[in-house]
This record gives sequence, C-alpha cells and structure tokens, in this order.
Amino acid sequence: MKSEITHYCQIKNGKVIFDENLLYEDKEVDFQKFIKNAYQFFELDYRKFYKMDPLCKLAVMNSSVLIANLTEKLDPKTALLLTNKSACVDIDLKHQKSITEGFARPADFVYTLPNISLGEISIKNKLRSENSFFIFETFNPEFLITYTQQLIQTKKANAVLAGWVEIAENDYNALLFLVEKKKGIALKKENLLNLI
Amino acid sequence: MENLKKELKEKIIEALNLEDLTPEDIKDDELLFGEGLELDSIDALELIIILDKDYGIKLDDPKKGKKIFESIETMANYINENRSK
Repeated sequence: MKSEITHYCQIKNGKVIFDENLLYEDKEVDFQKFIKNAYQFFELDYRKFYKMDPLCKLAVMNSSVLIANLTEKLDPKTALLLTNKSACVDIDLKHQKSITEGFARPADFVYTLPNISLGEISIKNKLRSENSFFIFETFNPEFLITYTQQLIQTKKANAVLAGWVEIAENDYNALLFLVEKKKGIALKKENLLNLI
Repeated sequence: MENLKKELKEKIIEALNLEDLTPEDIKDDELLFGEGLELDSIDALELIIILDKDYGIKLDDPKKGKKIFESIETMANYINENRSK
C-alpha cells in the first residue's frame, strides 16, 4: 500500500489548523505571547514547555495538536523528519548576548541546536524512533518526500511525522504532516506546496 | 529575610522561565527539586549563576548545593550568611 498524508497541522499567522479545520486563532503578533495563549487554549499541561526556546515551542505545539487529534494512537515507530531555514537562531542570539554580558545561561545553551526540538517531541510522546533535522534555504518538498519514502520502504519507520518548522523572531510557519501506509492525501510535491 | 525570599522567588521564576507560577505559589519550605517544583540539573546551574551574579557567592563545593538548594528557606539562609553583594 502507498504511503500518504493522513493528517497535517499548520501553525502560521496566528492560526492553528488541523486537517483544514481552524482550531485556534489569535491576533497576537508577538510569537511568545501567541504560543503561550495557544498553550493555555489547548491545555497542554506540560510545564517544561515554558522553558523551551521558540523553535521547540513551535515544534512541540504543532506535534501535540496533531497527535491529540488523531483518531488512532500514534505508532511508536513513527520517525520524525523536520526541516527549516533559520535553525534555532533566536536562542543562538539570546545565548550570544548572555555571553557578552558576562554570564552564559545554561537554560539557553541547552537549546542551541535545532535538533533539540526532535528530542522534545520524542520525550513528550515517548518516541524512540528515527529522527533527523535538516536545514534548507526554502521549503523542500522533494527532499521531504524522498526521505520519508526511504524511511518507510527500508522499514526504519512505520510512519513519519515530517515537515517544516521555521521561526525567526515573530515570523513563523510550521507545517507537520503524518505519512502512514493508509489512504489520504497523495505524498506529492504539489500537495505539499499547497499546504505550506 | 522575608524580602529576600520574595526576591529569590521572583528571580527563580524569571531565570527558569516558570511562567505559570507566581511568587505566592512557591512555599518557603517547598522542595525545589524532586517532588516540589520539579527543577532539573540545568535549573541547578541557573541557581548557581543567581548566587554568583546577584549575591557574589561562588559555590566552589558542588556537594553543598544539594543542601543549599533544598528550598527557598535554605537558599535565603545561605545567601544571608555568605553574600558579598
């Protein structure tokens, strides 16, 4: 059976969308305030969320909303495949500033790698599956499709939660989609470009 | 001493990003690690920085940290006796 997109979640321009359904909308333009409002709205109840850098908050919020809305339990052998352009630039800059001011903050330093977001999603959802984070200049559907198909075809994973999680200051766009061996939206470049 | 405890709570909330808490939510004798506030090893490093940066206390023996960082009460007592700022 073909692997197709069974569900997706997008967080962009103050909106949280799951499978075409608008779940939450907020006119707050400050990302930190917006994501805190969303956290309270979706009742995440995960204190560690507050400690995370903006990239992790965005990735964890997106994956949490997507997983919470699944009708079936997430397959524990679901790989994570994330991409973006700016890595974790916001926390990098904050960390750099704290160094120049004399005291490097450990709480910032631990988030100065984009793949930490994969760890945070894995910890929250008790996943011990394959995971990778790649940086591209722009959204790269060809790569996401090829890598996702390889993960499933080589049996490294039964499903893949893949996508683009980009944030730099208050400019953010996160699209995560779940690919499973089930009927859904065809895993094609044009479909991903329509979603992003 | 009461002012120092309140100040400590505010600093901890800010430094550790405990945005869901207010100083009033943290009891003076509540455990900071383990069952209480559930702080972790990274948070412990942040507490060491607070001691150094804000109160001029360098913690040269990490073994002391366990006792000092037991609660707001124990932290405040230690700061009161050892501060240089």
